[in-house]
Amino acid sequence: MLAESLFFSAVLFTIGVVGVLTRRNAIIVFMCVELMLNAVNLTFVAFSQVYGVGGQVFVFFVMTVAAAEAAVGLAIIIALFRHRQTVNLQNVNLLKG
Amino acid sequence: MFLQEVTGVAHPLTATAARWMWALPLLPLLGFVLNGALSIFSAYHAGPADPGAPEAHGSHDVTGGGHDDHHHVAVRHRFATLTSIIGPGVMVLAFGLAVAIFMAMQRAGPELRTPFIQRYYEWMPVGDLHIDAAFQLDQLSMVMILVITGVGMLIHIFSVGYMQDDPGYPRYFSYLNLFVAFMLVLVMGASYPVMFVGWEGVGLCSYLLIGFWYLDKANADAGKKAFIMNRIGDFGFLVAMFMLWANIGTLEFDGVRGQATALGSNVVTWICLFFFLGCTGKSAQIPLYTWLPDAMAGPTPVSALIHAATMVTAGVYLIARSNFLFALSPTASLTVVVIGALTAIFAASIGLKQWDIKKVLAYSTVSQLGYMFVGVGAGAYVSGVFHLVTHAFFKALLFLGSGSVIFAMHRAYHATHNEDDAQDMRNMGGLRRYMPWTFVLMFVATLAIAGIFPFAGFFSKDEILGTLFIRARGSTLADANWLGIPGGIVLYACYALGLAAAFMTAVYMMRMLIYVFFGPNRSGERERDFLGEAPWIMTAPLIVLGVLSTVGGWLNLPESIKLGRIGLLDRWLEPVVGESTLRITHGAVPKVNLPLEYVLIGVALAIAVAGIIVAWIVLKPADLVPKREAKPEEGFERVLANKYYVDEIYDDTVVRPTVAVSRDLLWQGIDEGLIDTTLVNGIGGSKGIARIVGKIGSLLQSGQVGTYAWVLIVGVLFVLGAFTIR
Amino acid sequence: MNGFLSSIGYDRWVLTALLTIPLAGALVLWVQGALGGRSGGADPRTATDEVATGVARAPRVIALLTFLVEFIVSLGLWWAFDPSDPRWQFAVDHSWIPAWGARFTIGIDGMALMMILLTTFIMVLSSLGSWTYIRTRTHSFYALMLLLTTGMLGVFMSLDLFLFYVMWEVMLVPMYFIIGIWGGERRIYASLKFFIYTMVGSMLMLAAIVYLGLAAKNPMNGIPTFSYDYIMRNAAVSPRAALWLFGAFFMAFAVKVPMFPFHTWLPDAHVEAPTAGSVVLASIMLKLGTFGFLRIAVPLFPSAALNDTVRSIILGLAVIGIVYGALVSMVQPDFKKLVAYSSVSHLGFVMLGIFALTVQSVQGALMVMINHGISTGALFLLVGMIYERRHSREIAAYGGIARVVPMFAAMLTFVSLSSIGLPGTNGFVGEFLVLIGSFKTVPIFTVIATTAVIFAAAYLLWAIQRILFNALSKPENEHIADLNVRELLIMAPLVVAIVWLGVYPAPVLRRMQGSAERFVTIVESRSSTAYAGTRGGVR
Repeated sequence: MLAESLFFSAVLFTIGVVGVLTRRNAIIVFMCVELMLNAVNLTFVAFSQVYGVGGQVFVFFVMTVAAAEAAVGLAIIIALFRHRQTVNLQNVNLLKG
Repeated sequence: MFLQEVTGVAHPLTATAARWMWALPLLPLLGFVLNGALSIFSAYHAGPADPGAPEAHGSHDVTGGGHDDHHHVAVRHRFATLTSIIGPGVMVLAFGLAVAIFMAMQRAGPELRTPFIQRYYEWMPVGDLHIDAAFQLDQLSMVMILVITGVGMLIHIFSVGYMQDDPGYPRYFSYLNLFVAFMLVLVMGASYPVMFVGWEGVGLCSYLLIGFWYLDKANADAGKKAFIMNRIGDFGFLVAMFMLWANIGTLEFDGVRGQATALGSNVVTWICLFFFLGCTGKSAQIPLYTWLPDAMAGPTPVSALIHAATMVTAGVYLIARSNFLFALSPTASLTVVVIGALTAIFAASIGLKQWDIKKVLAYSTVSQLGYMFVGVGAGAYVSGVFHLVTHAFFKALLFLGSGSVIFAMHRAYHATHNEDDAQDMRNMGGLRRYMPWTFVLMFVATLAIAGIFPFAGFFSKDEILGTLFIRARGSTLADANWLGIPGGIVLYACYALGLAAAFMTAVYMMRMLIYVFFGPNRSGERERDFLGEAPWIMTAPLIVLGVLSTVGGWLNLPESIKLGRIGLLDRWLEPVVGESTLRITHGAVPKVNLPLEYVLIGVALAIAVAGIIVAWIVLKPADLVPKREAKPEEGFERVLANKYYVDEIYDDTVVRPTVAVSRDLLWQGIDEGLIDTTLVNGIGGSKGIARIVGKIGSLLQSGQVGTYAWVLIVGVLFVLGAFTIR
Repeated sequence: MNGFLSSIGYDRWVLTALLTIPLAGALVLWVQGALGGRSGGADPRTATDEVATGVARAPRVIALLTFLVEFIVSLGLWWAFDPSDPRWQFAVDHSWIPAWGARFTIGIDGMALMMILLTTFIMVLSSLGSWTYIRTRTHSFYALMLLLTTGMLGVFMSLDLFLFYVMWEVMLVPMYFIIGIWGGERRIYASLKFFIYTMVGSMLMLAAIVYLGLAAKNPMNGIPTFSYDYIMRNAAVSPRAALWLFGAFFMAFAVKVPMFPFHTWLPDAHVEAPTAGSVVLASIMLKLGTFGFLRIAVPLFPSAALNDTVRSIILGLAVIGIVYGALVSMVQPDFKKLVAYSSVSHLGFVMLGIFALTVQSVQGALMVMINHGISTGALFLLVGMIYERRHSREIAAYGGIARVVPMFAAMLTFVSLSSIGLPGTNGFVGEFLVLIGSFKTVPIFTVIATTAVIFAAAYLLWAIQRILFNALSKPENEHIADLNVRELLIMAPLVVAIVWLGVYPAPVLRRMQGSAERFVTIVESRSSTAYAGTRGGVR
């Protein structure tokens, strides 16, 4: 049971990572980040079956952080969009030097 | 008050007038300060408080400085009367004191075997180096002091008349006074460093006075040239001092004299040669003589005082003072004789073809200085000093006389607004009719310098040549080798050169006399009305010098001509130079060989007379034309007139290459090119390596979030991998 | 005088006071500026001419008063100093950063004494010299000058290597700003160059200091110590390490001296800096490099300094600097650059004197340091004065002005003669002592160095001839104002100093004799531990 769950989480996490690395749209990148976070959540729950309830408690922490980070991140994207009229990450290279 | 008086047995001069000897240089120094203050504060107008403000500007009253070529500002200075009292006044006082001290020394008589030293304070005490500010008084310095203050006093008085209309009148006297002060420090110093203070100080004053009329670039150039060439000589002086201290540990004359024999012969030779390098610079010998003719750009009394009577003789004084060193090194002494003789004839030959009256005298001075060096080089220290003294008399007379002539010519040209050269002999002629006093005195001086009996130059020049001949027959110099040639032959050769130079001296001096005072006048019809004798204040010193040039020979009559007490100077200087002279003559007082003496005298006299006669017959003043119409010389005459092109050679081989190397190689090439452009800017500048590396590094900062994320992932995997593999 | 000084407990507070008075002055300036209003912001386009509007009046008076107080306080050192006492005098020792072993230890000996007096003297004159030269942001300028003073004095006084390093760096920043804000056309380039050049050397020095601190660490608790005395006596450093450490210190100080070929920052910095900046740079900051050699680099590593190769290289570079500096000086069209290169030449003499390692040559080197400070400071002040009037440093822009500005001409000629080393002026004493001392140990180098007296005369006389003499050919030169009373007031003490040090240098020499002798003894005994016992540590 554990192995399957972990496998599933790993797959989800990898999909998330690949998405973050390859997608151009900032909102899609955020969705992939959420995917990664949820994959991690799944891992915690899977392990909590074996090692105790601590893992499920941690899931709550992760969810809270995910929510906050999504809020702030989307706010940044909206500000960025207002400024540059784009959310294409390849065009946002003001820090180039 | 003083650091210490002479320790041990009280010196015979301790309680006499000699204890005021410190006042000797202080009096002219006071004159410098007062006259300098008068000069600068009469010309100074304080500027505005904010010089950077746009409306700030100076006064429109532009004074004091000197006239340039075309606008002679002939205006008597506000403080001229006061300066005329202070300037010559301090000299009179100084001379009076010098005479008083001299009489005290006379009274002390034969007990005076050691110098009288006064130490004032420790100048540079560092570890075992002790250089004190101290003066010493002995027979040699007394001779020099009398010449400096006496002839100096006369020249100051002459200057009152000569410079009367110059706007820089007080500045002139302040510089002149400063010069005398430094010159006295030079001859009174008790150690080489103190002497060096005076040595360089007179160089400074020479620079200031040659370039006195500084608005004319040629004058300023001449002053600068003099100072720099002097400095080349000073380099030699310095190195000699270093060698002395490194080997003996003292720089005081007394100390060095006592320990001179401890020096190895090689070391002594090098020390003497380096000192002699200093002499060639200061006393205008080959190869550092070219500044002296250029120095004629200064006012004529300056030429008389500095470049004839005193400063240029400092080199002779140095060798006479260092007699204990030179006597130990026959090689160095021979070098001095050779250079002196070569300079004597070389300069005399140039003098044969110069047209500017002052240039003739300048080359004559160089030539006569050569004689003096022949004298002191051959160990005839008394003869060299004797010639120094007589030369001071008649050369100062010649220069001041020419000053009177130039003064008259200037006045004439001023009045007629003539732009011609007032110093060119081709513009003169027949002046004996207009300036009889000056003519007579110049004639006396010419006879003196040519070496005609009984004038002063006859005795002094003859003594040098005679002693040279005797040294050639037997002395440490004759025993030594100079560059492989036996010393005796060298000395005989120099004797011959000396005779040849004497012949030329007679010729060119007579030439000058003839062209200036005889024949028809070429100055111009209107100018003739204005030609006349100079004011009495200028002629009076000439008369005094004339008398001295006539009777000066009596200072040191030789045994062969017993017209009075013989060998006064010999006896006077014996305590200072006697020992060294004996060392050179193998310890034997040379017996006077009267027949030989008469022959030598006869030869010298005959040559001088022959020179005069040749000049009188060959040179025809009537053939001359004024300068502006004169044809340029041709052939060898042109070489002589252009002074063998030595100045040009120096310029091309030394000056220009140095400047070029400094500019192109050192500055542009190494400093800006190699160091700055290649290394500094190459590393840190806007096109440098640092920038390039930075640019490469900045490629990492693509600004792309995706790239950053990739790098992050790779890094994480790397770290995880490293931990796993461990 | 001594009685009075001991009655006020002078010994205990003088050095600390010298460091804090400038800081206090800067504080007063800041307050006055905030209250009294100064010209707007950092935008150079809106800066007003504060001299003309009178805003500059308060800051420059405050600064001058501070510097005067500083100078007067430091004067007491002249009398209170005891030349026969081999220990550090007026010393102060407080704990500072115990965890690193850095202590606030300051004290002076003969050579530091003269450097301190020179510093306070020159700072008064340079603040007077900036009176009408600095026309914008005057508050900042004078505050930076005050900070600079603290830094420089701190370097001279430090007996703790960490403190030494801190003070060394404190000097850099104000100078960077002074050149960069109030300088000439290429000021940014010049100030950056100056800063980076010096920094590179300082970085190496920092590494060396840290190494030394650790090498001397307290064996019980492992805390490093940076105390100069302690390191001198106890640091265990292998000979190879000593060579490298000496090299690191050499890099830092050689840039500052400046030695050939690390000198190229100097001409740019001098030319672009404002007058006061140039004066301070030339008169004092260059001496910090040579002082570093005298105080730290050589005494801590005498075997490295005596190493034949090292010594030959340094002496060779010094002599090259002397001749090269003089020759390149000759062909400069800009008078300030000419003086800058002449500084390279003069400081070459100092290096020659130090590494010839005789008492006479070291005393000579110290004298040259003092004399160069006075003469070159005077030259830069004079250049500044004429620049204020005609806004040109090019020699070719002048000619024949002696007729128009006779007082200026007299001053310039006199100061040039001092720089040339005419006997009777201060320049001669230093050069003579260096040369005669060096001849004993390194005669060939000395003879080559002596030729520089010829070149020195050549470059300076030629320059002042083209400026003062020759024909008055340019009409814009005909109405230049002569020196005003304030400028005379600046030059007068310098002239007096030139004559006094030339004619009667004995009191100065006597005060420095002890430190010179100790320096030579340390090096000759080839070890700094042989020195233990005579220096009883801090008084």
